[in-house]
Amino acid sequence: MSQNFSIVVHQLDHFFGTGKLRKQALFNINLEIAAGEIVIMTGPSGSGKTTLLTLIGGLRSAQSGSLRVVGHEICGATENDLVQARRHNGYIFQAHNLHGSLTALENVQMGLEVHRRWAKADRHRQAAAMLEQVGLAERMHYYPGDLSGGQKQRVAIARALVSRPKIVLADEPTAALDKKSGRDVVDIMHNLAKQQGCTILLVTHDNRILDLADRIVYMEDGRLSKQPEPSALP
Amino acid sequence: MMRRFLNALQQRTPLGLKQLKHDPIRLLTAIAGITFADILIFMQLGFADALYKSNTQYPRALQADLVMISSEAKNFGQLSTFARRRLYQSLDVPGVQSADAIYLGSTQWRNPQTGQETSMLIVGQNPEQPALDLPVVNAQLDLLRLPDTVLFDQASRGDYETVIAQVRAGVPVFTEIGLRTVAVGGLFEVGASFSDDGALITSDQNFLRLFGRRDAGAVSLGLMQLDEAADSTQVLEALRDRLPGDVQVLTHAEYIDFELNDIQSESPIGFVFGLGSAMGFIVGVVIVYQVLSTDVNSHLGEYATFRAMGYRNAYLLGIVFEEAVILSVLGFVPGLIIALGAYQLTAAATALPLAMPVSRAISVLLLTFVMCGGSGAIATRRLQAADPADIF
Repeated sequence: MSQNFSIVVHQLDHFFGTGKLRKQALFNINLEIAAGEIVIMTGPSGSGKTTLLTLIGGLRSAQSGSLRVVGHEICGATENDLVQARRHNGYIFQAHNLHGSLTALENVQMGLEVHRRWAKADRHRQAAAMLEQVGLAERMHYYPGDLSGGQKQRVAIARALVSRPKIVLADEPTAALDKKSGRDVVDIMHNLAKQQGCTILLVTHDNRILDLADRIVYMEDGRLSKQPEPSALP
Repeated sequence: MMRRFLNALQQRTPLGLKQLKHDPIRLLTAIAGITFADILIFMQLGFADALYKSNTQYPRALQADLVMISSEAKNFGQLSTFARRRLYQSLDVPGVQSADAIYLGSTQWRNPQTGQETSMLIVGQNPEQPALDLPVVNAQLDLLRLPDTVLFDQASRGDYETVIAQVRAGVPVFTEIGLRTVAVGGLFEVGASFSDDGALITSDQNFLRLFGRRDAGAVSLGLMQLDEAADSTQVLEALRDRLPGDVQVLTHAEYIDFELNDIQSESPIGFVFGLGSAMGFIVGVVIVYQVLSTDVNSHLGEYATFRAMGYRNAYLLGIVFEEAVILSVLGFVPGLIIALGAYQLTAAATALPLAMPVSRAISVLLLTFVMCGGSGAIATRRLQAADPADIF
């Protein structure tokens, strides 16, 4: 397995439930994503896209097969290893999931605080610089409740990228946004990620943003196919 | 270690504080709940303590090395009586310097100011010998030699302002006890108890005049002074050998314990106030739990996001306990201040000795921490629901 790949999934199966209710969600997934590559994963809902994303992100523990993320095997990893692994990823969710009691700046610096590497003043400086890059320099001290949907998602992007993660995992980042702000948000994410050289795995139904991808993978019924039929796209 | 902890605390984003500040209504509810619980606990403890103190004020004030009481005695209010010759017998024991009789009784007197009858404790003592450790009384012992003259406790419950002013000005005030007319010749200050609204001190002779049916040979309390060289334990043992079983001799400290013990075990009031404090505590736990668990519930999505970002469960526990500690302090301070005011009001209205010793403030503060920490601990169970796999 080459170091040039930041995500290597090999013969990954995943099951939900136990006993008679046990149901296979992912079947023999094989996927290699090179460092710096932007991959969009698409497919009908319920096909297992999000499950694969949570497994790669270490939010769920993988059961069988092999899953190497930035050189670390996380299949069968302990809870503690998973927590460590999560700190190297940036997450962008469908809902912005910002903390309502924290200002934009404080929310962004939470992405740094988890590393316990920087002093408070330093974290705030880095967070402010990041917010400037997503175009929210004037709204730094606003609470999420006072920001628009697109602005909140941009804060979320700043939070995901502020610690310069190797991998960004995004799940439907444009789902809750209108066309214009959705496009702005993914453009910002794309440009920053390119700047930082980080890998993006993005799950979406939104075919207006497919042009960002270096590669598109298609998932259906828990199986990956790398060349989807154009007619099968949503 | 401590410095590292403080440093870490300073570097940390105070999320608990920010969450609380972000929802002022919820914060106020929690503070009000804790304040209420603390006031309740303070009042119950204050009353219990005032009960103990006010019912042992006279026992505490006795001026004696050893105290003799009937073996039937239950407490200061029900001391029963014993034969005066036991006191004379005690004088035979080497080391006993003096033995004086005290007569105690409760009776109705007519408040000279309002004309209403209230219950007063009457202490009859030998006017030749100080019996109570009250310098104001001992300076006025001469007055007690006059027939039907009493000293009046100016801290008695009720309206006595003009009486006090008049006596201070040197004009005796006359009133009725039973069929007799008595003169209030002087004042002293101790305070009311739960059983009596106040107290009068008079001579043994006057006492027997007021209580016509009491026999001079049946005394309530014996006060014994020892020779300076005498060893009190030896004398005590000798007295216990010498005297029959119808009386008991105690040191002054033992006698105070005897009174306290009686109140704590025999009267339901100690239990009632203990129960009251426990109720206050439980009310506090319920309110704080409600507030904290609602708070955790409404932040579950955000907490799950934090876990996805790599924060540990311990970090989330930290937020809940941070909130618990902040709430404890914010609830305790107004609770303490209001309780101090309520103590003053209650003390003024009831003449009960309500005070706030530092030890009580500290123990209630600790209790508040336990209350909030306990509620926080129950509320953290809801954190299990913050599963990062569910947020995508």
